[in-house]
Amino acid sequence: MIPLLRLEDLHRDFGGLRAVDGAAFSVLPGEVHGLIGPNGAGKTSLLNLVSGLFPPTSGRILLDEQPIHGLAPHRVAALGVARTFQNIRLFPDLSARDNVVVGQHLRRRPSLAARLLMLPGARSEVGSARREAAALLERVGLSERIRVHARHLSYGEQRRVEIARALASAPRLLLLDEPTAGMSLAEVRAVAALIRQVATEGRAVLLVEHNVRLVMEVCDRITVLHFGKVIAQGTPSEVGRDPAVVAAYLGEAR
Amino acid sequence: MGQQIINGLFLGSIYALFALGYTLVFGVLDILNLAHAAVFMLASFFALALSTQLHLPIAGALPLTMVLAGLLGLLLERVAFRPLRGRADSNIAGLISSLAMATVFEAIALEVWGPNIRRFPEGTLPAATVSFRIEIPLVGGSVSLLQLAVISVAMVLVLGLTFLVRRSRLGREVRAVAESPRAAQVLGVNVDRTIAASFFISSALGGAAGILYGLSYNAISPDMGGSVELKGLAVIIVGGMGSMPGAVVAGFALGLIEVFVVAHLGASFRDAVSFAALFLVVVLRPRGLFGAASMREA
Amino acid sequence: MLDALLSFYDSYQSTVAYVGINALLALSVYTSLSCGQLALASSGFAAIGAYASALLTLRAGWPFPLVLGVAVLLPAVLALPLGLPVLRLKGVFLAIATIAFGEVIRIGLINWAYVKGAEGLVAIPQKTSVWMIYLLLAAALFVLGRLRGSKWGFALEAIREDEPAAQTMGIPTGQYKLSMLVLGAALAGLAGALEAHFTFMVAPNGFTFRRVVDMLVFAVVGGAQLYWGPVAGAAFLTILPELLRDLAPRVGIEPGPLRLLVNGLLLLLVILFLPSGLVSLPRQVRRFRAARSPE
Repeated sequence: MIPLLRLEDLHRDFGGLRAVDGAAFSVLPGEVHGLIGPNGAGKTSLLNLVSGLFPPTSGRILLDEQPIHGLAPHRVAALGVARTFQNIRLFPDLSARDNVVVGQHLRRRPSLAARLLMLPGARSEVGSARREAAALLERVGLSERIRVHARHLSYGEQRRVEIARALASAPRLLLLDEPTAGMSLAEVRAVAALIRQVATEGRAVLLVEHNVRLVMEVCDRITVLHFGKVIAQGTPSEVGRDPAVVAAYLGEAR
Repeated sequence: MGQQIINGLFLGSIYALFALGYTLVFGVLDILNLAHAAVFMLASFFALALSTQLHLPIAGALPLTMVLAGLLGLLLERVAFRPLRGRADSNIAGLISSLAMATVFEAIALEVWGPNIRRFPEGTLPAATVSFRIEIPLVGGSVSLLQLAVISVAMVLVLGLTFLVRRSRLGREVRAVAESPRAAQVLGVNVDRTIAASFFISSALGGAAGILYGLSYNAISPDMGGSVELKGLAVIIVGGMGSMPGAVVAGFALGLIEVFVVAHLGASFRDAVSFAALFLVVVLRPRGLFGAASMREA
Repeated sequence: MLDALLSFYDSYQSTVAYVGINALLALSVYTSLSCGQLALASSGFAAIGAYASALLTLRAGWPFPLVLGVAVLLPAVLALPLGLPVLRLKGVFLAIATIAFGEVIRIGLINWAYVKGAEGLVAIPQKTSVWMIYLLLAAALFVLGRLRGSKWGFALEAIREDEPAAQTMGIPTGQYKLSMLVLGAALAGLAGALEAHFTFMVAPNGFTFRRVVDMLVFAVVGGAQLYWGPVAGAAFLTILPELLRDLAPRVGIEPGPLRLLVNGLLLLLVILFLPSGLVSLPRQVRRFRAARSPE
């Protein structure tokens, strides 16, 4: 199977700090791929590289074997990549529903001319966009909260809205950056189920998480990062037994 | 040519003084205080009133007016900036509220003193200060006593501020707050008081610039802040926002450039150079000559 | 009696016309504000529209619709080379760069002998009528209204709230910000031309930094969250001085300073207590009442 995402010898420096040091792994279509590692291992930097927030210092990022490194974020998104953020970046003054509607940007059709001429298709489009957004929010269990402004939602609710927003563009590759941080046990279970569901739809998920148990349960394969380097790769059981991984996590209160 | 250099330094010293106040507040709060020029203007009127109504000699009026200007700065901080702290749009909002205060100050000046140009009465300064000129060898030109006095006062204030910022406890607190208010607070700095003090000092300096400008050109009117306002902006951008050495260096540089441009290209091009320089710097090197590479953390 | 009536109509008409012109100018600043950009180049673009239209009418005798077309297109085209370098800048730096642009235009005009420098051009025939202004304003509002709710409307709000996040959703933020700058330039140019052909003259001192600050104030006081806010702000702040002029002697303050004082205080009150502008007043009052009512 051709990998959907492939990272080749990726490096990223910030001044004197080497955040990503020769990382290489791949994600297959429909796979849930976990990315774990102690704090500061470079996981978020890696996601930022893939989504195009900044370019790699060296190395390549390939989507369907086409290079995407160095592309502007909106171009990467247009190729089917969507993401959530570690420190939640919802639009605070928009409602939950409108946040998700923004996520639909790439899929909304009517041309500017149709909109200005008030053609019937264009006029009803907003309504259908909003209904679809509401459906996505229902999928993450927030149908009661769709009109609430994002700044008034609880932490866990905000994270779920972010996931719904990322799904709104029907991405081929979903990058999730610690989506369950601060969530209750029930919420984490729900997110785990959602992730598996998303994968069965044929989307690939690259999941950065600190919740190692969640990662072990939900992921098909895992890559472990430490100081920007890949120190282990494989199935959850393989990685769980890897002495290098255990050593890296020693000292981390789990 | 030498004369132009002297005139340029004279003008530049006023610009530097004005810009210092501007950049001090920006360094501490990340906000552009657009009422600074209005304080500049009001201070000039205060000095005029003190010398005509109370017959204070100018040497006494200067420090007193600086204090009054400083108090205006405290008022500004309390009314227009403090309520906005912590708001997400505080940069733009601060700009706008300082603009509002500038409008109010201008309205007050217009109402109290009217729109016409006022002058200091005869004898405010001994005639010798303007007529008596000292020849400067080597440079080739002469400087009047007034110009010398203005440059000296400006330099004393600049040095005073530098000493204050580098050596005093207040200076350390100001630098701490400029770097990170949250960290400063954790370290026990009274952030509110430090910011208020910064505004006091900034406005006192702006006021001093206003008085010196008013004395030098002997033409005081409610709209005199207009040209200096944007000039001051150009100075702090070119020098680097938040950088005090930058404000001084760029202030003198702009003064010199302006004098040369007027001498060689004509008076109507006076402002063109400042704005062209401003535009180029903002586009090519926004942090200016001495500015920090990145905006500070919250 | 007849004289009084005629003079009343004259000043009334002028105010109504200026409400429309100021509304267009306020909208020209609003277009960039709506995507979070404090771009203050409108005085420069209005000057370009005003002068280009005056020259075409006076020296080339072009018909007015064509002249207006140029007044719209020329600033729009010039907004492109301005926007590309300048829209990369954040917050206050963008404001400063655009202010500098406006000043460079103004100083250029002062020094250009062909347009009589600081004196400006006079005896421009009055071709603007009040209904024309309002027709064009309505067209502008229609376009802005159609943007709202569309993918572009949502995208602009997203850019305002969090530009990098918006990019990761496929929104080409650079393009959109530039489009709004271009649209703003077109509106400003149009307003400049309409004004020039209403007041018979153009001069560089009509396009100062103070002027674009006024436009910003209209937009902010009215409310920069929605496209009708700036119009409300322009209307309110254009009509207010007329009302104050009668009030002034009774309060014992000169009309000039009174107008400035009221403007300043109003702006301060709005930015401190009603940041979404006057149009949000009904909403805030409702909220206030709801919070106060015993449940």
